[in-house]
Amino acid sequence: MIIFKGVHKWFKTLHVLNDINLHVTPGEVLVVCGPSGSGKSTLIRTINQLEPISEGSLVVDGMNLSDKKTDINKLRAEVGFVFQQFNLYPHLSVISNITLAPIKIRNISKKDAEEQAMVLLNRVGLSEKRDAYPAQLSGGQQQRVAIARALAMKPRIMLFDEPTSALDPEMIGEVLAVMKDLALSGMTMVVVTHEMGFAREVAHRVAFMADGIILEEATPEDFFMRPQHQRAQQFLRQLLTPMQAECP
Amino acid sequence: MLNYTFDWSTVTSGQYFDWLVSGLITTLKLSAISIVLAFILGLIIAVMRMSHNKPVRWFALAYLEFFRNTPLLVQIFFWYFGSYKILPAAINDWLVSTNFEFAAAAIALTIYTSAFIAEDIRSGVLSIPKEQMEASRSAGFSYLRSMQYIILPQAVRITIPPLVNQFLNVAKNSSLAMTIGVMEMTYQARQVESYTFKGFEAFTAATVVYLLLSIIITSLVNIYNDKVLNVHKAA
Repeated sequence: MIIFKGVHKWFKTLHVLNDINLHVTPGEVLVVCGPSGSGKSTLIRTINQLEPISEGSLVVDGMNLSDKKTDINKLRAEVGFVFQQFNLYPHLSVISNITLAPIKIRNISKKDAEEQAMVLLNRVGLSEKRDAYPAQLSGGQQQRVAIARALAMKPRIMLFDEPTSALDPEMIGEVLAVMKDLALSGMTMVVVTHEMGFAREVAHRVAFMADGIILEEATPEDFFMRPQHQRAQQFLRQLLTPMQAECP
Repeated sequence: MLNYTFDWSTVTSGQYFDWLVSGLITTLKLSAISIVLAFILGLIIAVMRMSHNKPVRWFALAYLEFFRNTPLLVQIFFWYFGSYKILPAAINDWLVSTNFEFAAAAIALTIYTSAFIAEDIRSGVLSIPKEQMEASRSAGFSYLRSMQYIILPQAVRITIPPLVNQFLNVAKNSSLAMTIGVMEMTYQARQVESYTFKGFEAFTAATVVYLLLSIIITSLVNIYNDKVLNVHKAA
């Protein structure tokens, strides 16, 4: 469903993605983790071409992103993206945030779009917030609305770029629960996250990145119990027991 | 001491009152048409100014610099005395048969003001976090539709105070239209003064009318701001 073949990306002289080869199959949940600056956000942003790749080939849902003829807006409509900072539209109510793209891009009637939006709001547990504005919601609530907004386009793939990193600890659980529910429904997902509990419980596969390279790709069980690469071992140690981590 | 007898009845009743009212109506029409058109044109120029297409961007930049940096009075004279000389005779005849003074003034006011409005809106757009554009692009909206549904609605909200200034400028600048014979408020006040020598009363009336007009424009925008845009709720 998502196939990276020899993908490179440079920001000027900075080599942020180095020979990425990755294959995400339909229904798979892939968690990407790694230290900050490792290129994981860039990696996930190439999948809907928020960042274009410099070299190699990237095929998403049968569409080749390097092909000039690929309609990038059509691809993006099929790929939901959830941002670290939610990025809800502040001038629109919750229900309008969710229905805008279905009405304008999918040409669904307002009534049908609102019915579907209410189903999604129920699913993320926020149906009573339909007329609220983003500024009136907590971070966790905003992120759940953002997930509902992405799902309203009935995407074939969902991308999450550190969806819980901007949240207060007590709100992380509610967002992860929604994502877990989504994963169990069979959605193809790529998730950049530091939530190792989520990775362990929900992911089918974990990719560990550092310095723009995928150093390790394994099942969660293998990754957490038997990390192969020394950087991965160090990363896990720091993440699980941050107070005892050695200074580099 | 003053040996001038105030005679307010000159401007509050009779023929001269009718002149002033007709001037007010013309001023209202000229201002309303110019405000609406200048806002629409300003939006378009602002988007062109930020286009990724170089010729489009340069055209918008040239337009902005040209119309911002030449006097409005010269522009009014240009459209009125200059433009028709290069038009085909048929169009020319048609223009003269219609109310060409009014049209020339409206065109000049619209274009002049649109340049300022475009820059105000552009500064509003630049203040919207780039993540908003990313969010709407990632939903599948094109650049222009992202502008239309996501960026401009937010930018215009932020831009409202400077926009009100531009709208007020239109109402006040519309008085320059008298120089090409548009019978608007100032023209009629001048007319009343010529006929009656009651300059103080005539221009006091004009002053009050412009003041009220400005207050009405400000209030209308504020009401729109509060009731329609929900600015406070969506802070």
